[in-house]
Amino acid sequence: MELNAGVPAGPLEKKWDSHRFELRLVNPANKRKHTVIVVGSGLAGASAAASLGELGYKVQCYCFQDSPRRAHSIAAQGGINAAKNYQNDGDSIHRLFYDTIKGGDFRAREANVYRLAQISVNIIDQCVAQGVPFAREYGGLLANRSFGGAQVSRTFYARGQTGQQLLLGAYQALERQIAAGTVEMFPRTEMLDLVVIDGQARGIVTRNLVTGAVEANLADAVVMATGGYGNVFYLSTNAKGCNVTATFRAWKRGAAFGNPCYTQIHPTCIPVSGEYQSKLTLMSESLRNDGRVWVPKRKGDKRPPTAIPEVERDYYLERKYPSFGNLSPRDIASRAAKEVCDEGRGVGETGLGVYLDFADAIRRLGLDKVRERYGNLFEMYERITGENPYQLPMRIFPAAHYTMGGLWVDYNLMSTIPGLFVLGEANFSDHGANRLGASALMQGLADGYFIIPYTLGDYLARARPAPVAGDHAAVKTTLAEVNGRIERILAGDGKRTVDEFHRELGRIMWECCGMERNAAGLRRALDAIPALRKSFWYDVRVVGTGQEFNQSLEKAGRVADFLEFAELMCRDALHREESCGGHFRSEHQTQDGEAARDDERFAYVAAWEYAGDDREPILHKEPLVFENVHLATRSYK
Amino acid sequence: MRLTLRVWRQAGPRDAGALKQYEIPDVSPDMSFLEMLDVLNERLERQGDRPIAFDHDCREGICGSCSMTIDGRPHGPQQGTTTCQLHMRRYRDGDTITIEPFRATAFPVVRDLVVDRTALDRIIQAGGFVGVATGNAPDANAIPIAKPDADRAMDAAQCIGCGACVAACPNASAMLFAGAKVTHLGLLPQGQPERYRRVLAMVERMDMEGFGGCTNFGECHEACPKEISLATIARLNADFLKASLTRRDS
Amino acid sequence: MGWIAGFYRSTIGRKIVMAATGLLLVGFVAAHMTGNLLIFRGRDAFDAYSHFLQGLGGLLWLGRGILLASLLLHVHSAWTLTRQAQAARIDGYAESDPRAATRSARAMRWGGVLLLVFIVYHIFHLTVGSVHPDFRRGEAYGNVMTGLGVSWVALFYLAAMGALALHLRHGVSSLFQTLGVNHPHLNPVFAKVATALAFVVPLGFAAVPLAVLFGLVR
Repeated sequence: MELNAGVPAGPLEKKWDSHRFELRLVNPANKRKHTVIVVGSGLAGASAAASLGELGYKVQCYCFQDSPRRAHSIAAQGGINAAKNYQNDGDSIHRLFYDTIKGGDFRAREANVYRLAQISVNIIDQCVAQGVPFAREYGGLLANRSFGGAQVSRTFYARGQTGQQLLLGAYQALERQIAAGTVEMFPRTEMLDLVVIDGQARGIVTRNLVTGAVEANLADAVVMATGGYGNVFYLSTNAKGCNVTATFRAWKRGAAFGNPCYTQIHPTCIPVSGEYQSKLTLMSESLRNDGRVWVPKRKGDKRPPTAIPEVERDYYLERKYPSFGNLSPRDIASRAAKEVCDEGRGVGETGLGVYLDFADAIRRLGLDKVRERYGNLFEMYERITGENPYQLPMRIFPAAHYTMGGLWVDYNLMSTIPGLFVLGEANFSDHGANRLGASALMQGLADGYFIIPYTLGDYLARARPAPVAGDHAAVKTTLAEVNGRIERILAGDGKRTVDEFHRELGRIMWECCGMERNAAGLRRALDAIPALRKSFWYDVRVVGTGQEFNQSLEKAGRVADFLEFAELMCRDALHREESCGGHFRSEHQTQDGEAARDDERFAYVAAWEYAGDDREPILHKEPLVFENVHLATRSYK
Repeated sequence: MRLTLRVWRQAGPRDAGALKQYEIPDVSPDMSFLEMLDVLNERLERQGDRPIAFDHDCREGICGSCSMTIDGRPHGPQQGTTTCQLHMRRYRDGDTITIEPFRATAFPVVRDLVVDRTALDRIIQAGGFVGVATGNAPDANAIPIAKPDADRAMDAAQCIGCGACVAACPNASAMLFAGAKVTHLGLLPQGQPERYRRVLAMVERMDMEGFGGCTNFGECHEACPKEISLATIARLNADFLKASLTRRDS
Repeated sequence: MGWIAGFYRSTIGRKIVMAATGLLLVGFVAAHMTGNLLIFRGRDAFDAYSHFLQGLGGLLWLGRGILLASLLLHVHSAWTLTRQAQAARIDGYAESDPRAATRSARAMRWGGVLLLVFIVYHIFHLTVGSVHPDFRRGEAYGNVMTGLGVSWVALFYLAAMGALALHLRHGVSSLFQTLGVNHPHLNPVFAKVATALAFVVPLGFAAVPLAVLFGLVR
């Protein structure tokens, strides 16, 4: 396998421009002869499907939810970054680029990130034109707020529901294309495998979740926008349906997996309350704009928060990172929370929590202003915990949230399988080892609206995929393998439910491959995971058949893939003998407990190639070359 | 606490369904409603019984997947709250809870509590968008929008498309859903060029899908987890009337 | 004219027709009720009023035509929308717990049917006279006295006024919404107007059969 990122030559600012000129075009009459499959209907998938439909391609779009509008992008709360510099506070494309590269701890590809910053300004224009009701000032112009990891206000937002509004914009554009007949939508249809013919991605195998019908759907190219794998931890802020199956199956068909160990633990989530817990709820990072994070100075201080006087509180983020304070990047804020809890200063019944306090903000801004900014988040918190955050500080704790790792893609967002493009969280491309807040929405829409429409055409013009017959041998084998897996799951006559295995896997991963990792723990996980997988296959119980609506079967297939994928994640984490961004190896830290990066040995993307079920995956390295930024130790002090 | 559930079980769209009773002895008040169903489902699976099918995904009240009628109220008893955000501390030991699917002819049952709500997508397809193709947008600040208008548009745009309005309406009407979209886009300058075409097309589609008409009961607003205002329906009516009187095309 | 058919085919179009005809009928019942009160000024005043109306000739028939057409549209739209609403939920709930619907809103359908029956009866009773025991053309006052002197008839009139009260309460308060007027400043005004009309009009009407029943007028 050869990794060719295909980054265009020339100065950074000109790369995308000149590349767009180099890209070949498909003439309008020929576009409608090409069928393109888009898997996933979140920000990246819906925007891609809509934009490709507008261009005239015959698009098929698949999602497992009952409607494309339900993809998990909808849950993003805080905002979307763009280098508009409307605030006149010193922002620029270059600054957004630099903040993103630095936020990612210098583990992302420069050219991709610069392009992202360039496109960011077009995204806001596009979304406003679609009718996205961003927050505005009284003068009628767009409002901004600041977000973690940045010292400028460049985040556009729609209350605490920015992801929802952006997704609805993309969804509406998609529905418009469905009505126009350029896009055919397949809801409640899950991708279970990729069809590769003569080395090119030529289709997918899907299961209709209502009837259970397993089918092969062929096309000239496949675009996957299937999201991240945060649910490998069982408890995460992801939706229950989020899974690794599509990307993992593509990996097994030959797509390299980039940096699987880069996972983001979000610092502000509602703490776990019991064994039955099914998911964790994020409280937007925007809360850290006005909320102050603290724990008691004294270990095991069980007094109610309001009874702890100011001098006995430790505002540890403000203390340790005076210039960024409560707005330190996510990885840093999360680890700092873990640290104080490990010291026994955590709050709440479990001791796994820290306070996020709005008392000062309410005093400074008034109750109404705070309510206007965060009202819906406060209500959500109260519904879940039964506590009123206007009176008591919130209790928060870090939780798995986002995965920077994903399928390796080149500058054109194409994976190592020609014809397979990967967008959004599903790819590894733009966030390095840590993603800054409000950047996921930016990346998903950049990929879908403004990159894939150009690069996909180039591929089709160059590769000219030949027609394939529906009964091609590769199609038949892939179908047979998918059916075989389903039968194997149903054949089991065990005693344990799918969720039991998933919870168990989650515990292993959280403990050994979570916020902090070390070689011993990772080796332990690498022993435990295969054993768990083995017991899954003989002890899992899935009731019902494959020819019907069967949610347990859906879950079982996803968990089975997580059980394999988790191993790849740990392997990557074990091999990366450095700390960077979300990947913190306790063996590699500075004296004051900060991440110690090793640019000499690890300034590369780890791209793993599947080599067979009983063989270890093969590591390929894409060196990261920094021509425009100086590799510095990240400091937010 | 100990609860008794009566849950609608139905194998498929053409099968007959019935309420089936289940006892759950160990419900924690901190559980969410869906977590309580998870616990029941795992128990059923261990016994070799079919778990109760229900739609759910984000479990934070925004995706609009969860769709069940709890004791006669879509999304249950708590105002402005989806089922996934409903917590068991609302209930008392010994309570009996009846759980049924969202009921409307336009929402056929898929299985148990799962219904097919694609009719709502088709209403959006008819015109619930701004027809702007990717790439031809002017600068985002080129058109100022008064903050109160932007805020009201946002109020309407919050709709999560769950269909609780339909489920709650005695007429199974989708007016609040359609009204929310027509209001959101109709309040913004970007939505003006298609404003009247949009309302006619969406209403036509809504009627075609078999939803009932509005009789101003107000149950939709009461059930709406985002508390969308009935004013959106008035706006839908007004725009429809204006469009009908002024349109020039056939 | 295709747009009219299209408008009337849609649920909103029919609702708007129902609201607009309803508004007209509200005006009519208010005027009708005011005229009725002349009965308390005695036989001569009431009969003069009746003769004045009869003397309008073509204008009277135009008015009757408009009212009849409004009524037919009002009833037809209500009838078809009800059928459509019933078809929109064939399988009902085992449990239902309506929170917002007022009693008057829930009474619209059965109340409407009762009112329709009443209106037909009332026309044959005191306008045509064919179901009246002793109808004398031109003697409106006498016809009312003898007609409502039958106690079950008076009670039927009173029951219909109860239905009218509920019908007006929901109808008036919601017709502005249907016609597209909903504003935080105006909504409370509409609600008060609806309540006032729902009290005043049916009470004004009911005064007549009550007065006859209790012998306050002869």
